[in-house]
Amino acid sequence: MKKLLLIFWLVIFCVTLFADNDIFWALDLPSDDGKALILNWNVAADSIHLQKADSLGMWVTIFSGQNQPASFTDSNLNPDTAYQYRLQYTHPQTGDSLSYTLQAQPKEQWFNLHKLSLLLFILVVSLAILYYIMAVKRGKDFYIRRISGLDSMDEAVGRATEKGKPILYVPGISDLDDMQTIASLTILSHLAHRVAEYDSQLIVPCKLSMVMSAAKEIVKEAYLKAGKPDSYKDDSVFYLTDDQFGYVAGIDGIMVREQPAANFFIGSFYAESLILAETGYSTGAIQTAGTAQAHQLPFFVVSCDYTLIGEELFAASAYLSRDPLQLGSLKGHDFGKLLVITTIILGVIAEIIGWHWFKAFFEGV
Amino acid sequence: MKRNLPLIFAFICGIVVVASDFIPHRPFNLMIDTLQNWFMIIVGFAILLGQISLFQSNIYKIQHKVSGWYYYLAGLISFVIMLVLGLLWGTQEYQGLLGHGLAVQAWLGSKPFDYLFDNAYLPLSATMFSLLAFFVASAAYRAFIIRSFESNLLMITAIIVILGRTSFGGMLTSWVPESYSFWHLPNLSDFIMEYPNTAAQRAIMISAALGIIGSSLRIILGIERSYLGSDK
Repeated sequence: MKKLLLIFWLVIFCVTLFADNDIFWALDLPSDDGKALILNWNVAADSIHLQKADSLGMWVTIFSGQNQPASFTDSNLNPDTAYQYRLQYTHPQTGDSLSYTLQAQPKEQWFNLHKLSLLLFILVVSLAILYYIMAVKRGKDFYIRRISGLDSMDEAVGRATEKGKPILYVPGISDLDDMQTIASLTILSHLAHRVAEYDSQLIVPCKLSMVMSAAKEIVKEAYLKAGKPDSYKDDSVFYLTDDQFGYVAGIDGIMVREQPAANFFIGSFYAESLILAETGYSTGAIQTAGTAQAHQLPFFVVSCDYTLIGEELFAASAYLSRDPLQLGSLKGHDFGKLLVITTIILGVIAEIIGWHWFKAFFEGV
Repeated sequence: MKRNLPLIFAFICGIVVVASDFIPHRPFNLMIDTLQNWFMIIVGFAILLGQISLFQSNIYKIQHKVSGWYYYLAGLISFVIMLVLGLLWGTQEYQGLLGHGLAVQAWLGSKPFDYLFDNAYLPLSATMFSLLAFFVASAAYRAFIIRSFESNLLMITAIIVILGRTSFGGMLTSWVPESYSFWHLPNLSDFIMEYPNTAAQRAIMISAALGIIGSSLRIILGIERSYLGSDK
């Protein structure tokens, strides 16, 4: 009999536990850095009050209102710390005030599953780039289409040398943490080398001190590499101002006063792009621009002789250096484009035939 | 070693930053913030280099009386005035060497630095920005000159979009029956902006993103070295 009673109470206890879990339960937010918990409830009430115990054990209301949606995400928590929650509501039929408590602990995850598609895509593109680099190493030759904006560099340097005028190079208005600025500096390296070879003059006004420091080193190295260290002038790369329109005013002044034979606007540009390009156009200089800012490209296309559009900016270093390894990586970009096109077409087909999981996978849902 | 050390740093930082984007667990989720803080510290020191460069290049130009040397002098004087005023009376809530300068504030209505910022710097900056309107007009004029099939297409599209964005455009096509509402200029304009324009912009953005992946990989693996000053 005692055993039966024991089993009976055990069953009751388990049922109560399950019943409690069905009413008020917490889930760790998936794929996060352990800073959020999802609190769920399933009660028949018009409104509820959700409380959290503070460090002193006092209940603090964190949500009070409509029963639906029966879920609340508590964020800004500390990982691996236990939190106490209490759900309070009034039973609509009996008028009893009921309350349920629970304890939960947010956990840091080792992988963000929402970014699985992105990781796979990056891995595939990276592997393709590595494959093509290896193929080049094995001696395979790839065709690279002409990029007229980069071919114009020789023309610009030649013209500047003939006219005895300087070349203006603007590396954009973003700092070194922007990939466009890095790409711009690699182009500057090649341009400075040509300028040194032709004994021409280069002007590089910079908006940010970090960019100026890097540009100075790059130009100096290029002159050294060209065997003309004495031709390098330290004041050819200089800082103007951190202010966007002050920088534009300064460059416009240089263009009007110095009348450079060629202007290069390569890097990240915003509202100042057209002011720079139009002023340069009015001075009659050969202008080459390059940016990945889609909104600024039309301005450059209209006002400049040559424009590097989007990825051409990032391909410039490989294209100019003609380094087989770098050229191989360009083929990897092309594979990436093919992959994107294929995925978009497959996505459209999947949506038409009702396979919404395909889109959801890439959206990271 | 001088060449290899930056390459090793670039490799480690590149891998860590990429990994931390996918791993929300400590210490990876804290690394991006840490690296960004380091970057800000370096930027703080680099600002001084910028100021030194500004002084050196301007003084050189003034000393050698290069063309338009008085502009460089005006730039230097402006810099020094703002620096001194900022140091003496501070800016907004921050006090300077002479405190908040309440007497000066009573006279000017604000701190001297803020007064010049509001009444000299901001109007000058707005003036430069306003030039954009004129440059847009001149650039648009050149773009819309009919020289080829493409520029013709561009001009027609531009006219539809410009008219569609004005009440005049709506009025022009108000007689078109509701069943053909797609041909109303505002709707046509919205269609052009929403579909062909967005598609073209996204194509550029996707290709640029691929370019960034490729460039990053080249830098992480040390294939691309010209950003260090030399590719050898």
